[in-house]
Amino acid sequence: MRRFLARNAPGYMFLLPWLLGFFLLALGPILASLYLSFTRYDMVSAPRWTGFGNYVYMFTRDRRFWKAIDVTFSYVAMAVPARLIMALGVAMLLDKGLRTISLYRAIFYLPSLLGSSIAIAILWRQLFSGDGAVNQLLAMVGIQGPSWITDPNTSLYTLVVLAMWQFGSPMLIFLAGLRAIPRDLYEAAEIDGTPRWRQFLRITLPLLAPVIFFNLVLQTIDAFKTFSSVFIISHGNGAPADSLLFYTVYLFNEAFKFFRMGYASALAWVLLIIIAAFTALAFLSSKYWVHYENDRD
Amino acid sequence: MLYPLLWLVSSSVKPENEIFTSLSVWPQKFQFDNYVKGWNGLPMPFTVFYKNSLIVTVLSVIGNLISCSFAAYAFARLRFTGRSFFFALMMTTLMIPYHVVLIPQYVEFLKLGWVNTYLPLVVPKFLATDGFFVFLMVQFFRQLPRELDEAAMIDGCSPFKIYWKIILPLSLPAMGTAAIFSFIWVWEDFLGPLIYLNDIKTYTVPLALRLFLDAEGESVFGQMFAMSVLSLVPVVIFFILFQKLIVRGIATSGMK
Repeated sequence: MRRFLARNAPGYMFLLPWLLGFFLLALGPILASLYLSFTRYDMVSAPRWTGFGNYVYMFTRDRRFWKAIDVTFSYVAMAVPARLIMALGVAMLLDKGLRTISLYRAIFYLPSLLGSSIAIAILWRQLFSGDGAVNQLLAMVGIQGPSWITDPNTSLYTLVVLAMWQFGSPMLIFLAGLRAIPRDLYEAAEIDGTPRWRQFLRITLPLLAPVIFFNLVLQTIDAFKTFSSVFIISHGNGAPADSLLFYTVYLFNEAFKFFRMGYASALAWVLLIIIAAFTALAFLSSKYWVHYENDRD
Repeated sequence: MLYPLLWLVSSSVKPENEIFTSLSVWPQKFQFDNYVKGWNGLPMPFTVFYKNSLIVTVLSVIGNLISCSFAAYAFARLRFTGRSFFFALMMTTLMIPYHVVLIPQYVEFLKLGWVNTYLPLVVPKFLATDGFFVFLMVQFFRQLPRELDEAAMIDGCSPFKIYWKIILPLSLPAMGTAAIFSFIWVWEDFLGPLIYLNDIKTYTVPLALRLFLDAEGESVFGQMFAMSVLSLVPVVIFFILFQKLIVRGIATSGMK
């Protein structure tokens, strides 16, 4: 017994802060939130058990929930591919070995680093407002642009453009991946007279598949969790006309504006399940399109 | 690529009427009173908000560095029963979206009477809740040669002494990366302060910036942009100083 303690004590001593955090700020809250999701809880009176009430209401009668799902999925479906294509395109340009590469790498990366700051959200709101810079630019070529941010038909696209602008981190990962592809493969293809687009399809894409996969999963999870910029741009409530009612914004409002803590907990669990399901799907499908170096015969 | 940022900077030194009439990033006339007026444009001067942001950010960075390196040292270098089990748990929590713990944590902190203080923002950082940094440091610590610890152990060094004298000094790149990213993330954090800070005296810079939007009228745009620019300054400085480290950090770990 004494020896057991002597052997394990240092480990647990160093692990103590993490253990406290894990039990008090992760596991405890996770269980509590699961419980709350089956209750009605307004923070004033004690939680009241309602069984699957929250979930049934959410799926059958809550139209704003479905709106939030619609908005969020549309955003993910547009923003993630847009950002990844941008990232891959620019990474391939940089990979061509420009002398000033590190300068460009840095410049392209900066917007991503500033990404979640409120200043950028404020800037975006201004650029895409009725008399903002984007419309002034369009006016020069004679196009009368809509009031992008306040028009429910276009507001979501402004956020997709924002996501595209912040392609820096997947770009760096692509760049690292491209560097790992052996040059002689391209040289051999060049000698065989294989056209560029074919080299891209036959060499670049397959060898980059694990990196594409990694970026895809990471960026999708990230996109589902988008909050600060949308919160600022949509006046905190998904305006105009709920066209920016992102899932996280809806959850925030249910919890901290209307104090429907039980319902918001249920929303959080559905988000968890959506993200987990997507990740699992990506991993399952990856068998068919991602081949790792050592799988090859 | 940089045009939006340049537009922001130039708008902050343009007179109000030029902001919306000219696309040029070179102002016809430079004027800096947006900065002066903006600094004092809210019920409290920005001095207060910057001080608040600095307190929260610096404490958070210190907390993250201490607690995450502790946990990482235990996971990467020490042998004890249950190590792989807890490591697996840690990796699982990395994938759980913050929203799941948000509400119970809020209730927990409210009951402790911590709302409107910095405790809910800072204390979790001392408890290694940013599992991502733990993971990053574990990866780094694992690469260090085992012989170092073994030799030190034979010389009678305690595990703490090994951590302090051997592992940490060799891990400056990893610690630096974690420090920079946790500074930037906490500095930019909006959701945490939004939930926990209700009294304007306690506001951090991002919350203060939002006040301009509520006060929205044509006349405050220049000031809002000026303060927005200032809010980005620490991040940009870090970026310029540690560009290489930041770029490498992303490429190897996928962080934002």
